[in-house]
Amino acid sequence: MKIFPDRLSPQQDDFYNALMDAHEGLSETDSHALNARLILLMANQIGDLDVLRDLLTTARAYADV
Amino acid sequence: MAYDYTPYPYVPPKGLTQAEPRHPVAIVGAGPIGLAMAIDLAQRGVASVVLDDNNVVSVGSRAICWAKRTLEIFDRLGVGERMLEKGVTWKIGRQFHGDREVYSFDLLPEDGHKYPAFINLQQYYVEEYLIDRVRDFPGLIDLRFRNKVVDHADRGDHTLLTVETPDGRYSLEADWLIACDGAGSPTRNRMGLSFEGQTFQEQFLIADIEMKDSPFGDAAVPERWFWFDPPFHKGKSALLHMQPDNIYRIDLQLDVDADARAEAAEDKVIPRIKAIVGDKPFRLDWVSVYKFRCIKLDRFVHGRVIFVGDSAHVVSPFGARGGNGGIQDVDNLGWKLAAVIQGKADEALIATYHDERSHGSAENILHSSRATNFMTPKTPIEALFRTEALRLAHDQPFARRILNSGRLSMPCSLEGFALQTPGAAQVPPGSPLVDAPLSGAEGETWLLSQVQGDFTLVGFGDVPLPDVPGVRRLGINQRAADYPCFTATHGHAIRRYGSDIAYLFRPDGHVAAVFRRPTAQDVARAAGRAMGKTTETA
Repeated sequence: MKIFPDRLSPQQDDFYNALMDAHEGLSETDSHALNARLILLMANQIGDLDVLRDLLTTARAYADV
Repeated sequence: MAYDYTPYPYVPPKGLTQAEPRHPVAIVGAGPIGLAMAIDLAQRGVASVVLDDNNVVSVGSRAICWAKRTLEIFDRLGVGERMLEKGVTWKIGRQFHGDREVYSFDLLPEDGHKYPAFINLQQYYVEEYLIDRVRDFPGLIDLRFRNKVVDHADRGDHTLLTVETPDGRYSLEADWLIACDGAGSPTRNRMGLSFEGQTFQEQFLIADIEMKDSPFGDAAVPERWFWFDPPFHKGKSALLHMQPDNIYRIDLQLDVDADARAEAAEDKVIPRIKAIVGDKPFRLDWVSVYKFRCIKLDRFVHGRVIFVGDSAHVVSPFGARGGNGGIQDVDNLGWKLAAVIQGKADEALIATYHDERSHGSAENILHSSRATNFMTPKTPIEALFRTEALRLAHDQPFARRILNSGRLSMPCSLEGFALQTPGAAQVPPGSPLVDAPLSGAEGETWLLSQVQGDFTLVGFGDVPLPDVPGVRRLGINQRAADYPCFTATHGHAIRRYGSDIAYLFRPDGHVAAVFRRPTAQDVARAAGRAMGKTTETA
């Protein structure tokens, strides 16, 4: 499984803006909670455990520690 | 060398000693927008008086990035080639995060266009060239320096202006008043029109420096460099651009609560520049600290008063959509106003200037607001998303495209607006023209040179064009016809527009209608519709 290079453009700005709007007015704690819910919803939507494991590994690889 | 700001002469206007006949058009403001407006009207035979409170060109480089579409419009106004020759053509944009390059883009468009994606040219040169061009129309453009409009009154079918000069005041009547008097428009303020929108708290420092050695290091070609969180300016953003005459533009984000006056002082600016260019010698040319807003007027047309450029709409500078947007306003209004003044179209056509350009400016405001929001995160969560997008951008293509340091000015489509006849084609109705090289009996030329200025019906490939009054005809890759024909050099024009299809272009180059088999009746109806004539229902 390979991560898609780019499936967002040319609507990347619309998405990013909608994401920021979703956080509008939330406290930092509530924003983190929203992010957690969003990840769970997206995981269900993707629905493929191999893909999800790949994404988790990739995201983790960028961590500083 | 620093630009030589030679003052233009003040000539006492006739109105001081005797009443002037009513002018068809008075333009307030001799910046790039007002001057371009006067030239566009003059090329169509419409006289105007241009009133400016000052007598020198723009002090400081101000607007420097001129987009392809703007250059094409300047070409029609007779100044495009001079601007291209003097301007710096850049095509590579690099984005840095800290001291690492994360992404670069190449603006080099496909072959076969007269103008590049962008040039950088100081606003003072643009104004100087436009003033020189104005001099080609002595009978049609009356350009008056140090003539400050201090009042105006709506008289229904005309406007009465009060103008202040070094020799006193006089009054002047004009059928149409075009306010090109900038973001702080005194005309707009006098009318009490609401001009409120999103105000950004961030402040930015602009410094122009002249230096012999390029601050781009070994890069032999001019580029645009943008830094998120650069090592020399922690936690903020920075932008570097090259202009002609070895002038470089540096744009630095400042703290929200920075003291603008202190930040513009040399003792504060010079260390900031040295942090970027190192020990290379430089001369400080111009410094400005600014904030910005994103706003547009509810209506651009108020009876016989029309707002054009920054007086109608302002944007943040990221994406170069201010000056470029204003020149597109001029392009949209010029042919419409001339047609109304010359009795070829109904006054209702002017309302479509508002419809179409209000749409264009809304698009510019959307893009520039988003770029500004990305560059200046407001909350810890916004900052977190941006930091992680930057981190991913080092090797994830999708994340690179999320990085937003300004989506550079592109012309908007007018598809779906009343003047266009709906239709399907490679370049659909409403789109701005796509340039292409042509060769004809008199040598090499460009589609934009042949099409812009008048209603033009262009046949691509084997499609005979009917003769319709008020519509020029042009054949591309056609057998002999009784109108001018050209060959599509390297097939570019056919590839871009398709074959066996005719396009009707408006005078501003936007596609008004497309036809597979154009009949005189269909073309006349589409041209009439583009002139604002309501078609009788069958």
